[in-house]
Amino acid sequence: MDNSLVIVLIAMLGGAIRVSTPFMFVALGECLTEKSGRINLGLEGNLVLGAMVAYAVSFHTGNPWFGVLAAGGSGIILGALHGYICKLPKVNDIAVGIAIMSFGTGLAFFFGKAYIQPSAPRLNSISLGDWTGHGPLAQALQVNPLFFVGIALAILMSWAFANTRWGLIVRMTGDSAASAKAMGVSVDLVRFLATAAGGFLAGIGGSFLSLYYPGSWNEGLSSGQGLMAVALVIFARWDPIRCIWAALLFGAAGAIGPSLQSVGITQGYYFFNAAPYILTLFIMIASARSKGAAREAPGELSITK
Amino acid sequence: MTIASPDIGAAPRTPNVRTLKLAEAFFVPVAALIVSALLFSLFLLVIGKSPIDFFSLVWVGGFGSSFSIQQSLQRSAPLILAALAFAIPARIGLTMIGAEGALVLGGFAAAAIAIPLVTGGAPVPLAWLLMAGAAMLTGGLWIGLAGWLRHYRGVNETISSLLLSYIAIAIMNFFVEGALRDPASANKPSTMPIGDAYRIGAIPGTSVHWGFAAGIVLAVLLYILMSRTTFGFAARMTGGNVRAAQAQGLPVGFLVVTCCIIAGACAGLAGFFEVAVIHGQANASLVAGYGFTGILIAFLARHNPLAIVPVAILFGAIAAAGGLIQRRMGMPDATVLVLQGIIFVVLLASDTLYGRLKFFQPPALGDRT
Repeated sequence: MDNSLVIVLIAMLGGAIRVSTPFMFVALGECLTEKSGRINLGLEGNLVLGAMVAYAVSFHTGNPWFGVLAAGGSGIILGALHGYICKLPKVNDIAVGIAIMSFGTGLAFFFGKAYIQPSAPRLNSISLGDWTGHGPLAQALQVNPLFFVGIALAILMSWAFANTRWGLIVRMTGDSAASAKAMGVSVDLVRFLATAAGGFLAGIGGSFLSLYYPGSWNEGLSSGQGLMAVALVIFARWDPIRCIWAALLFGAAGAIGPSLQSVGITQGYYFFNAAPYILTLFIMIASARSKGAAREAPGELSITK
Repeated sequence: MTIASPDIGAAPRTPNVRTLKLAEAFFVPVAALIVSALLFSLFLLVIGKSPIDFFSLVWVGGFGSSFSIQQSLQRSAPLILAALAFAIPARIGLTMIGAEGALVLGGFAAAAIAIPLVTGGAPVPLAWLLMAGAAMLTGGLWIGLAGWLRHYRGVNETISSLLLSYIAIAIMNFFVEGALRDPASANKPSTMPIGDAYRIGAIPGTSVHWGFAAGIVLAVLLYILMSRTTFGFAARMTGGNVRAAQAQGLPVGFLVVTCCIIAGACAGLAGFFEVAVIHGQANASLVAGYGFTGILIAFLARHNPLAIVPVAILFGAIAAAGGLIQRRMGMPDATVLVLQGIIFVVLLASDTLYGRLKFFQPPALGDRT
C-alpha cells in the first residue's frame, strides 16, 4: 500500500512535468498578449493546429524540430489573424477568440486526416533520473527539452518585462492605452505583435502534444487546454514565473488520472480526468475575488472590467 | 409681396431610421455570408476541389427534394435550441459557450429518469413530460450556475461555462460507463434504451420529429419574452450597460441568472430530443458539436430568436448535405468545420461595418437633398 502511494506520487511528478509543458507555453503566450491589453481566447485553435502542423512537418521532413518551428509559424498566422480583426472598431474580441478556436480546429481536423495513421519522428527526451537506479523515478524524470525552453522563456520574459524598453512598452499598452499613445507608441501595433507572438508560443505548445506526449496526432488531442491556460494566467496574476508554477500544478492535476491507472485504480476514471477542469473552476472563483489579482491586472484588459 | 417659402410642410423622402437599421442588420450578415462563401471557394480551389460542385451538392442535399428538406428541418431542431441557448444570455451581455455541456447533461438526465419510468410502465405522455422536465431543469441549473458565478463572484462566464461543459461530459461518461450502464450495450456504453414505445415520433404528414416544432415554439416565445415584455426590456438594458441598469434599480442578479436558466433549459431540451428521438439512450453520441454551431447561428441571426430559425435551417441543410459531400467529393467531415470557421471569423470581422456604411446611415438633419 505504501509502495503504491510512492509510485503514484512519482508518476504524478513525471506527469506534472510532462503535462505542464503545453500549458506553460500557451500560458506564457497568453501572458504576453494580456500584458499588452488584449485577451486571446482562440489559443485552443492555435494549440490544435500547431499539433497537427508539427506532426505533418515532422513526418515530411524527418526532423521534429522543424515541426516545432512550423507549429510556431502556424501559431503566428492565427495570432496575427486574431490581432488584425480585434483592432477593427466594434469587434467583440471574446467572440473572435471563439471563432479562431473554431477555425483553427476545423483546419487542423481537415488537413490532419492524412496524418492520423502514419508515424512521425518525435522529440527525444533527456534522461535526468538514470543515476537513481529506481525504475519509476527514472521514467518520471525523462524530461523533454521543451520543458527547459519553457522555463528559460519564463525567466527571460519576467526579466524583460521589468528591465527592457520593449517590456515597458508592452506593459504600458496594457495598463493604459492613453498613456501609450501619449508616448507615441502605436497601441494597435504593439497589441498585434504581442498577439502574434503569443500565438507563436501557443503553437509550440501544441507541437509538444503531438511530438512528445501523447505523441501522435488525432482529433481528441486537446480538450480545452487552451482555455484553461487563460484561466491559468489570471491565477498566476500575469507573472511569467508564477505561470510556470501554475502550469506545474495543472500538470499534476492532469496526471492524477493516468497515475492512479498505473497502480490499477480505474474507478472514477472520468472524475480524475475532469480534475484539471474542476481545479481551474475553483481557481477562477478564488482569484476572481482576490484583491491581489485586481491590483495586478493590466488596466486595459476587458475581462476584468 | 410674397416670399417664396421652402416646402417645409412636405415629409422628407428619405426612409426612416428604423428601416435603415433593419436593412443594415440584414445586409451585413448576408454580405458576410457571401464573402465567406467566396473565401471558402478559394480554399476549395486551392485544394483542388470545385466550389460549384460543393454548393450545388449543398443545395441538392439540403433543399433538392422533399426528403432533403425534411432532413434539413430535422437536423436544424437541436441547432435552433442550441442557438437560443447562446442568444438569450448574449442579449443580457454574457458569452455563454457551455450549451454543449447542458445538452449532454440534459439528455443524460432524461435518459436516467426514464429508467424507472420505462421499467414501471408509466404512461407515455407522463414519461415524456418528466423526461423533458428533468432535461430542462438540469440544463438550466448548469448554465444558471455559470451565470450565478458571473454575477455574484465575478468569474468570467466564457471560461467557466466551457469548463462546466467539459465537466458535464465527464459526469455523463462516468455514469454511462459506470452505475447506469446498460449491460447489453457492450461496444458502446449507454444507458438503458427507452424502448420504441417511448420514442417521440414525427409530426404527422412529415418525417420531421417534434423537436423541430418545439424549437419553433420556443423561438417565438423567447422572441416575445425578449422584445415585448418588461423582463426582456430589463434584460436588454442590462446587456447594454450593467451599471446603468443597476443604477435604475433593476434586479440584475435575478435577470442574469434567469436568462441563463432559460438558455440552459433550451439546451437541455435539445438533449432530451436527441435521446427521445434519435438515439433512444444516452451515450457519447450526445456530444455532437451542436453547441458550437449554435453559437455561430446565434451570431448570424444577431441574437434575434425569430431570425435564428431560418439560419438554423440553413445550417441544418449544410449538415444534411454533409454525407453527400463526403461521398461525392471525397472530402472529410471536417470540411464543414472549416466552412463554419471561415463564416464565423468573417462574420465577426464584419461587425466593424455597422455604422460605417454610408448607404445605411440616416441623413444628417437639415440635409434635404
